[in-house]
Amino acid sequence: MRIGVITFPGSLDDRDAQRAVRIAGATPVALWHGDHDLQDVDAVILPGGFAYGDYLRAGAIASFAPIMSEVVDAAGRGVPVLGICNGFQMLAEARLVPGAHTRNAHQQFIRRDQKMRVENAGTSWTTAFETGDEIVIPMKNADGRFVADAETLARIEGEGQVVFRYLDVNPNGSLNDIAGVSNLAGNVVGLMPHPEHATEPGFGPDTPAAMSSGTDGLKFFESVIGAFVTA
Amino acid sequence: MPVIVVEVMPKAELLDPQGKAVAGALARLGKNQFSSVRIGKRFEVTVDGQVDDALLAEVRELAEDMFSNSVIEDVVSVTVTETAPTA
Repeated sequence: MRIGVITFPGSLDDRDAQRAVRIAGATPVALWHGDHDLQDVDAVILPGGFAYGDYLRAGAIASFAPIMSEVVDAAGRGVPVLGICNGFQMLAEARLVPGAHTRNAHQQFIRRDQKMRVENAGTSWTTAFETGDEIVIPMKNADGRFVADAETLARIEGEGQVVFRYLDVNPNGSLNDIAGVSNLAGNVVGLMPHPEHATEPGFGPDTPAAMSSGTDGLKFFESVIGAFVTA
Repeated sequence: MPVIVVEVMPKAELLDPQGKAVAGALARLGKNQFSSVRIGKRFEVTVDGQVDDALLAEVRELAEDMFSNSVIEDVVSVTVTETAPTA
């Protein structure tokens, strides 16, 4: 399986996402924001960082990048798309997932190993989980506060589009403790925490078993690979 | 050259952390006559040529689709001003 990772000017975690794809057993394909070509990849990842300096709004200018028209088309065809942190902001700005992001409620950049609950194990990126699983994934952002109007919130809660919810601490003031959402079809998922940073023992969050041993992020990639292999 | 000015504000019902931080600073300075501050954005778009209705309509559309995000912001005004050409 070939999974594309799009690099934008200001992307930071594109290499980490490629590495996570490789660790999970698929082939990473480097894609470029300025191209109109997804190189026939089977899934797409929009990585974290500060694309285009996050000027205007986080992810806003990136959502108008040339390759985004291909991403929108692919998402419409059911190709799995994962937006991580800045990539989640791009998905929201491109209206591929509901809601939007504002500055964290406490006005500070935050970095922590974040506990979340998997609220929907039926999306393209969560089938390796069970609904209700509690996982720990690193997060780091300044504009991570998920917001949507009351009607949208009620709709996405009802449709199972809330995929991840923060546990213990709401790190940024996100409404309903929402950490990640999907589109209605479930092939497009965005979340603020970084699963690619929890895929290799020794480089992940601490667990009760050992320091830096958390690999809960691996299942995101295994989910999409598993669905491809059995398809 | 004509300049089209677009002003965008965070939606009234949303928390504006930047405005809140400034309001907090005002209170610490003893300026207690102010109850809140909200911070928005002003875009000055310099036009190469004349502003007609079609161009203004295009900027209004850009204001809604690009300069603002309707989930969190409102376009509060789109106006045309004239400025002296810069040297």
